[in-house]
Amino acid sequence: MSVKIVGRRPVVHIALLVTVIAGLLFAAGLVDGAFAQAAPFGAPRSQAPAPPVGGVLGWIFAKQAEFYRQFSSLLRAAKTDGSAAWTLFGLSFLYGIFHAAGPGHGKAVISSYIVANNETWTRGVVLSFASALMQALVAVVLVGMAAAVLNATAATMGRAVNVIEIVSYLLIIVIGVRLLWVKGRAFVALLHMLHRPAAVGAAVTPRDHDHAHHGHAHHHHEHDHHHDHDHDHHHGEGHAHHHHAHDEEASAWGHAHAPEPEELAGPGGWKRGLSAVLAVGLRPCSGAILVLVFALAQGLFWAGVASTFVMGIGTAITVALIASIAVGARAWAQHFADARSGYGMLAMRGIEVGAAVVIIAFGALLLTGYMVTERMVGI
Amino acid sequence: MIHRLVSYALAAFAGLVIVPAAAQAHPHIWVTVKSEVVYGPDGTVTGVRHAWTFDDMFSVFATQGIESKKKGEFTREELAPLAEVNVTSLKEYDFFTYAKANGKKVEFNEPLADYYLDFNPKDTVLTLYFTLPLKAPVKAKDLTLEVYDREFFVDFSFAEKDPVKLVGAPAHCKLSIGRPQEMGAALSQQLSQLGADQRDPSLTIGSEFANKIAVKCP
Repeated sequence: MSVKIVGRRPVVHIALLVTVIAGLLFAAGLVDGAFAQAAPFGAPRSQAPAPPVGGVLGWIFAKQAEFYRQFSSLLRAAKTDGSAAWTLFGLSFLYGIFHAAGPGHGKAVISSYIVANNETWTRGVVLSFASALMQALVAVVLVGMAAAVLNATAATMGRAVNVIEIVSYLLIIVIGVRLLWVKGRAFVALLHMLHRPAAVGAAVTPRDHDHAHHGHAHHHHEHDHHHDHDHDHHHGEGHAHHHHAHDEEASAWGHAHAPEPEELAGPGGWKRGLSAVLAVGLRPCSGAILVLVFALAQGLFWAGVASTFVMGIGTAITVALIASIAVGARAWAQHFADARSGYGMLAMRGIEVGAAVVIIAFGALLLTGYMVTERMVGI
Repeated sequence: MIHRLVSYALAAFAGLVIVPAAAQAHPHIWVTVKSEVVYGPDGTVTGVRHAWTFDDMFSVFATQGIESKKKGEFTREELAPLAEVNVTSLKEYDFFTYAKANGKKVEFNEPLADYYLDFNPKDTVLTLYFTLPLKAPVKAKDLTLEVYDREFFVDFSFAEKDPVKLVGAPAHCKLSIGRPQEMGAALSQQLSQLGADQRDPSLTIGSEFANKIAVKCP
């Protein structure tokens, strides 16, 4: 059993690194948000374009532009030739896959949400699909209502998109703040516990010695934590230490309570997941809006609708893939964290806090990016 | 150990969030450019006259819901409000037009009031006509003019035929046109020089795809 001495230094290091993570992520959000401005010619520029950056990404970039450019001629052709519609759907699918690699499809928010909340892979995939399909649905409903029913102008649609965007960004901020509150308190609670000499043994025990560790804690507090610990342990969620720390701190720190995985998996957890889906999925893809309006003008609205949903499925696949990486990365970090010490746990909490900060940063930057150029919004 | 752990986590997370954030969208508007470089009687460059034709998808989108007497056709008058918003919104983007005279950047004033939009019902495309006057007319031995969107939301390219004209230029002036490089090869070649997760710090990659006009009046 390798017990490490708790000194101030490692704590300072971790705090520093957590700050660095948060800063880095904030910078990433800044880069993304910097482009979130209104469009020239009043196009519904609901996502932020950026110049091409890398070889593979450059290729992706070229491909999606190529696909996108064919939509209008395929839609025209579909009027007389049914097979063109199938080509259109095929291209829409590929376009969705490629396009979701660009900013604006909530990958960052969904991924950060997954990391912060310790979501399972299944839930990550479900969240990705739900948010992507909701984006498609919003685009269809928006164009269907505004253009097809009300014959609204592009300017009106642009304004509608902007209102939707503001709501979406605000929701993202609310989700981030809520997560920061919960995770920040868990982090602070754990940090304090690590400082308390009495908790030294509990905090630094490696995973192999969980039981010894539990015994130690019981001894001190005479609370029956046994049930919880066993539960955590069996599920391999790696929350044993953390949970423990929590309960121990509960008296001194009020209700410092973070949702545990088993809680999140319950109905309440899904409800929270829904809020992320709503926040991300509200923002329709500008490409889809253009395709839908064009399809409407060709008298082929149904083809535009089908194309939009096929695009959504393609987008969902990419977002799900990135979400899976997020789940994997978290599990990986968790593995390291568990194998080491109580500081590993602290690092995990730090990452969760960082992820929450990222969500807030994205929301705030998207929102302010919009606000700055509000005067020129609309066509 | 902690350092290693945290640096792993950091790397994983950075990869997760930053790379997607730095990834890109693609053009949503395609514009075919025809431009005229306008000279004053004294041989100075006074401004640039643009005729920008939008792609059909965007043109149809932009004209959605605009009232017209004849279905599927729009007159200049009917399109006047749209033209105004277009020209106004272009200010934010420096009109996507960047000029240098004798190697020095020159500024443009706001477009003259004679701008308008034309709708071609056959191709269902819009063309925006507007004139950008230089802040101060300049006598340029060497004039370069570029049209591009540095964020690449709008993809500008010169028309196949007669993309650029000199209007009232001194007889000895010579015009040359540089078209943007073909996307695929040029893009990948240039981008291969950047790291996979590196951004172009000056945000000028778009200029590699710029439509360059060079006029030499020695």
